[in-house]
Amino acid sequence: MLCIPCPWCGARDVAEFHCGGEAHIARPADADRIGDEIWAEYLFMRANPKGLHHERWQHRQGCRRWFHVARDTQSDRILAVYRIGDAPPEGDPS
Amino acid sequence: MAPRRYNQAVQKYSIFSLARNALTGHRNWRAAWRSPEPRPAYDVVIIGGGGHGLATAYYLASVHGVANIAVLEKGWLGGGNTGRNTTIIRSNYLWDESAALYDHALKLWEGLSQELNYNVMFSQRGVLNLAHSESDLRELSRRVNANRLNGVDSEFLDAAQVAEYCPLIDCSPDRRYPVLGASLQRRGGVARHDAVAWGYARAADARGVDIIQNCTVTGILRDGGRVTGVETSRGVIKAKKIAISAAGHSSVIAAMAGIRLPIESHPLQALVSEPVKPVLDTVIMSNAVHAYISQSDKGEMVIGAGIDPYVSYSQRGGYDRIEQAVRAVVELIPSFSRLRMMRHWGGIVDICPDASPIIAKLPLEGLYFNGGWGTGGFKATPGAGHLFAHTIARDQPHWLNAPFTLERFSSGALIDEHGAAAVAH
Repeated sequence: MLCIPCPWCGARDVAEFHCGGEAHIARPADADRIGDEIWAEYLFMRANPKGLHHERWQHRQGCRRWFHVARDTQSDRILAVYRIGDAPPEGDPS
Repeated sequence: MAPRRYNQAVQKYSIFSLARNALTGHRNWRAAWRSPEPRPAYDVVIIGGGGHGLATAYYLASVHGVANIAVLEKGWLGGGNTGRNTTIIRSNYLWDESAALYDHALKLWEGLSQELNYNVMFSQRGVLNLAHSESDLRELSRRVNANRLNGVDSEFLDAAQVAEYCPLIDCSPDRRYPVLGASLQRRGGVARHDAVAWGYARAADARGVDIIQNCTVTGILRDGGRVTGVETSRGVIKAKKIAISAAGHSSVIAAMAGIRLPIESHPLQALVSEPVKPVLDTVIMSNAVHAYISQSDKGEMVIGAGIDPYVSYSQRGGYDRIEQAVRAVVELIPSFSRLRMMRHWGGIVDICPDASPIIAKLPLEGLYFNGGWGTGGFKATPGAGHLFAHTIARDQPHWLNAPFTLERFSSGALIDEHGAAAVAH
């Protein structure tokens, strides 16, 4: 059971949050010129790593704000929390 | 290469072998399969010794005559998702491609115990999918009609018929989520999940397949555009063909070959109650309140929950999912409110964006993939193994799995069973 430290509200139960999936996926530029493979990569392909994962969460039943979480998907340990627009913490936060 | 030594000494299980062994106090049963040391090279190496991988090995040997096969399992046979699901078997999927795929599996289930000479305890006790709203009813009628057009048995029951078919369900109209009707697939049911892995393992072993447990694959060897073998915790094993059948860890294994997949791995939890006398003789599923429940032959209520919403390989999930599933069960069957829960566990399921699997060649020569089954892989075990074996042996898909490619995610030919497949994913 995750206890997620919302950057604005503090540590809360996972049941209050909505998981928005993998973070830092950039929408391709030149949308009218790129091929199907690049769209498939953007829309569907995911890193799905066993280990460090950067993801988006929304505190849906709290402040309703979006933020980033760096989490180890093997241990479920939350390694860092950072705001939307920020780059992931340098290096491996574990 | 040394000639294959077939395991001729496999004993046939029957009433006579049971009686004979009873006379010697059951001390002389032979092991159901060998535990050989890995050989340096194989024609086909299958990664993953769950039901799917073992079934693939069995059909490769029995249908396609492939003689030199190894199944590599990092833990013990059936210790992954094969032993962690709620054992429900049905084929009442909405879309033509899915209905054909899952009904192919269901037909194989119907003769499986006899074919394997191993009792997988397949019990066609019927699967009931409940409707709780007008929109549920419309969706359900559409699916029943689609099923019937595809030759899949499916019946529509109204609320009175549901109450008659399964009196345990509270069908009174004053419930928060009243039961308005249901679909019933009488050929659906449950099977003993461990026995499925063991039965396929024994039958594959009898045909010369090497089953190697405690053997973790750590790398996939490549030479140019084709695969040549695997690195494992027990050394390098060369292979002409490599078949990935490692549900939960599909992305991890594919990444070893430099391939990205449209898959995310989520925890899926389940739990069982204390055993009670037989009270529930069918399988109940409800999309709206979201629970699945059946009674095992030991008497436990087997309850399935929804997936946890985040990527995880931890084989555990949040308690909120358990609470939600138990709440749904009590809503449907108030008399279960005082059942005590005995065990609870999690597995890791591979979810594709369209909630349909991938059974296909990958873009590396000699590399094949079966995965992305989401929450529905167990029911497909015989069909998936049968079609995956065909794809590996013939180097091209069977027409039944031809739509289930990796390329569908760029071509747009998705098989969107999200919400259409009788359950929410």
